[in-house]
Amino acid sequence: MRHIASKVLYTLIALLLSNAIFAQDAASGATSGGTWVFYSIMAAAVLVFFFIVVQVSDNLLAIEAKQAGVDTDKANLSLMPRVKELFRPKTPDHLAGKPVTSLKRGHDILLEGVASETIDHSVKATTFAVQPTNFIGISPIPKVVVEVGDEVKAGDILFHEKKRPEWKWAAPVSGEVIAVNRGAKRAITEVVILADKEMSYRSLDAIDLEQASREELKGFLQESGAWPLIMQRPFNVIADTAATPRDIFISTFDSAPLAPNLNLVVEGNEAAFQKGLDALNKLTDGSVYLGLDARDGHAPHTAFENATGVEKHWFRGAHPSGNVGVQIHHLKPLASSDVAWTLTVQNVITLGRLFTEQRFNTERLVALTGAELHSPKYVNTYLGAKVGDLLDGNLANDHVRFISGDVLSGEQKTVDGFLNFHDDQITVVEEGDDYQLFGWLLPSLNTPSISKTFPSAFLPDLTFKANTNTNGEKRAFVVTGNYEEVLPMDIYPQSLFKSILVGDFERMEGLGLHELVEEDVALCEFVCVSKQPVQQIVRQGLDMMREQS
Amino acid sequence: MKKGLLAFFKRIEPNKEKSPFLHTLFDGFFTLAFRPDDVTKGGVHIRDGMDLKRQMVHVVFALGILYLFGTYNIGHQHFVALGEYGGFLDGFHLKLVYGLVKILPIFIVAHVVGLGIEFYYAYKKGHGIEEGFLVSGALIPLIMPPDIPLWILTLAVAFAVWIGKEAFGGTGMNILNVALLARVFVFFAYPTYISGDEVWIAGIEKAAEGGYFGQAYGVVYGFFDSIFSGFGWATFGEGGKAVIDGYTGATPLALAYQGGWEKVTETYSASQMLWGTIPASIGESSKPLIILGALFLVFTKIADWRIMFSMLLGAVFTSLLFNAWGATDFMTVPWYYQLYMGSFWFAMAFMATDPVTATATTTGKWIYGFLIGFVGMIVRVLNPAYPEGWMLAILFMNVFAPLIDHYVLQANINRRAKRVKTAA
Repeated sequence: MRHIASKVLYTLIALLLSNAIFAQDAASGATSGGTWVFYSIMAAAVLVFFFIVVQVSDNLLAIEAKQAGVDTDKANLSLMPRVKELFRPKTPDHLAGKPVTSLKRGHDILLEGVASETIDHSVKATTFAVQPTNFIGISPIPKVVVEVGDEVKAGDILFHEKKRPEWKWAAPVSGEVIAVNRGAKRAITEVVILADKEMSYRSLDAIDLEQASREELKGFLQESGAWPLIMQRPFNVIADTAATPRDIFISTFDSAPLAPNLNLVVEGNEAAFQKGLDALNKLTDGSVYLGLDARDGHAPHTAFENATGVEKHWFRGAHPSGNVGVQIHHLKPLASSDVAWTLTVQNVITLGRLFTEQRFNTERLVALTGAELHSPKYVNTYLGAKVGDLLDGNLANDHVRFISGDVLSGEQKTVDGFLNFHDDQITVVEEGDDYQLFGWLLPSLNTPSISKTFPSAFLPDLTFKANTNTNGEKRAFVVTGNYEEVLPMDIYPQSLFKSILVGDFERMEGLGLHELVEEDVALCEFVCVSKQPVQQIVRQGLDMMREQS
Repeated sequence: MKKGLLAFFKRIEPNKEKSPFLHTLFDGFFTLAFRPDDVTKGGVHIRDGMDLKRQMVHVVFALGILYLFGTYNIGHQHFVALGEYGGFLDGFHLKLVYGLVKILPIFIVAHVVGLGIEFYYAYKKGHGIEEGFLVSGALIPLIMPPDIPLWILTLAVAFAVWIGKEAFGGTGMNILNVALLARVFVFFAYPTYISGDEVWIAGIEKAAEGGYFGQAYGVVYGFFDSIFSGFGWATFGEGGKAVIDGYTGATPLALAYQGGWEKVTETYSASQMLWGTIPASIGESSKPLIILGALFLVFTKIADWRIMFSMLLGAVFTSLLFNAWGATDFMTVPWYYQLYMGSFWFAMAFMATDPVTATATTTGKWIYGFLIGFVGMIVRVLNPAYPEGWMLAILFMNVFAPLIDHYVLQANINRRAKRVKTAA
């Protein structure tokens, strides 16, 4: 800062000197047109001079304060308000005094088919599966320790990674293993279990969370098959058992289109959630961060608001404000050498139940959403439920696409497919494989867009019944500034994507690829005028980085 | 109707294997009529309704109003030079027809040549026809003098599209603004056709013995004359009349260079310059209409307001500096009058904001726009050889845009690297 101040001072001196020359010109009578310009520059110079004096003394004060041990990042010691503070939108009263980050960039895609906040207990899935393909960076053929026809209890280990046997996956339900499905190159895609009517659980050796050491806790989590619940950044892979994360981050709200309301999820599981947080606290030397919902019209559940032993931070703004990657960026950005762990709220609860119930209980709420359902709602089921089972009799249209997750970063499934490991939402959207006359030109009312060339720009509350049409053909990158509008991070997405496409390793790391995963750039892909596969590009870059490290 | 049209298209679809060129052509027109039935695969499941076609065509919409005005102004300037129909709306039908006869060939030739090359490359590289030329093709006629010989236009467009764009890889890959490249080609290869006083007025010739004459009207006008006389309206007549005494056709900038703002106002009033009823390139003269188009682009977020605004700042800043310096008559022209002359607004709204050739980063856009304003005003005021600075300034900054971006990105990289250091 001082450095800059001195630069400014030199520039100022140069300016004043040049003004003197101008003044001479005017005096010698060449022209008189320059006098008011001269005076305004002089006035500006005086202002700048005082600004610098204040700024320098402020900075000296800040240095002094730092030496005295005051946190200058949070407290503003300056005489002048920070620019950030000046332009910060007013926070509502209930957030006064709380740490709030307002994200201005982003976009909420308002789709029809929001799940009504009722839990339908009549919907029961009977088939469940654990899918190794849900995880990035594990070998395609893990060691399956059960055989078709075996009876398993919930919590029994089904398979483990070959190279890293400490990564174990447990059965989400009790029942009979009915299939081990394989895909291309004999890779194992699904281990399918036909569930019992009454769940029976493998009882776990109780562990005293207060007394246990970190290594004991880790061992317990691995043995119980709960370890894959913990994901690691960068790359969004399963947590490394040998690593100690810098911090652990949990987002307690999901801002994606039609996303489930996590307040409903935690309802009745408050104790398990808190226990899960306590366990996570033992795994890191840093802190467990909780991102809370401060969007208008939303309030975090008391279980989130009153959670103990964690750092809480509120976030306002449109999607992707609820993405944990965006929250990490604003709380404590990852350096390329850092490791942080992330969990979803459902997974924290599952983790907590290991201690409150002494069993691996993957019971969870799943939101059935989308305009193509008769009644979008919540259902109570277990991890990895079959899509067809959950949607039975609820479909209004049969020319649809089933998505495990949300429309932005979910995965397409068939009716025989299963929910992915970390997903708690099924979205059903109409397939858009039809031609539309002058579709590229018409001011269609049913096309979600951030562009103001659609009438929806004037109707902010309009909801859409979107379909899967690409709305155009793939082109080279042409438009600039679009991605930035929906990515509230200090990142230049387009330059980053280009550096990935040309394989410029140093640049992609420098531009912050390690801070991103697919879901963070999903909106960039949505708005992309050139219809580029942005998430795929990011994953390609992350794979390159992972192989290098 | 949709089904019938779809069936018709399917029936005439050429075989892709046997005649790939025809299929490329077909595909171009088919995707213009119908949004294709492609669905998303992997990645996002729904896509924004905005695509490149829509993006580009909205720029063309913004230009449409300039086409209307430009066409009429060609006729208006022609008759004003001859001392006929001095009022703006006098001889409306003659001016309109005169303008149309001038502009249609230019428009058609620019598109046939430009699109022809685009189609050829699309076929050759096996990809769909890209939309880049939609805007370039609409811009090129607007920045040409109305009497530009069509063979020069052909060469210029071919050069711009071929060397300027396709050689670099097509739409989205070019370094220099395609439309400006076409103009700069004419400017340096055939300077006599685009400089001097008489080129900005259509149908005026320099006679050997000195003095200007209106060209004789050709067959097309005779055809219209027969229609007009049928209605009992005024007709074109024979042509060949002498230009009225004292009429030079010099542009405001040329006059300002000779004698500052006073000299300009001897010939043109400020409101004439504002509304654009002066000799100029076809579409660049009417400031209110251009600003209307610019506002439309800013509102729809198709063009970046940062570039426009900072370019305005740069131009104003530079003219203020010149005011303070005040060494020549041109320098003393007040900054607000500088904005009345020349093609500043057109360059700002439609040329500098081309996303492909401008800087890609937000910070970069501020710098880029400001420097265009700065450099362009210097060229305009200081350089006697060039009548206007924006074309050269924008092309110059096009070349520097990657450099600006590089430093903006490097700052981001350094910021991030510093974070590692503080963490360690």
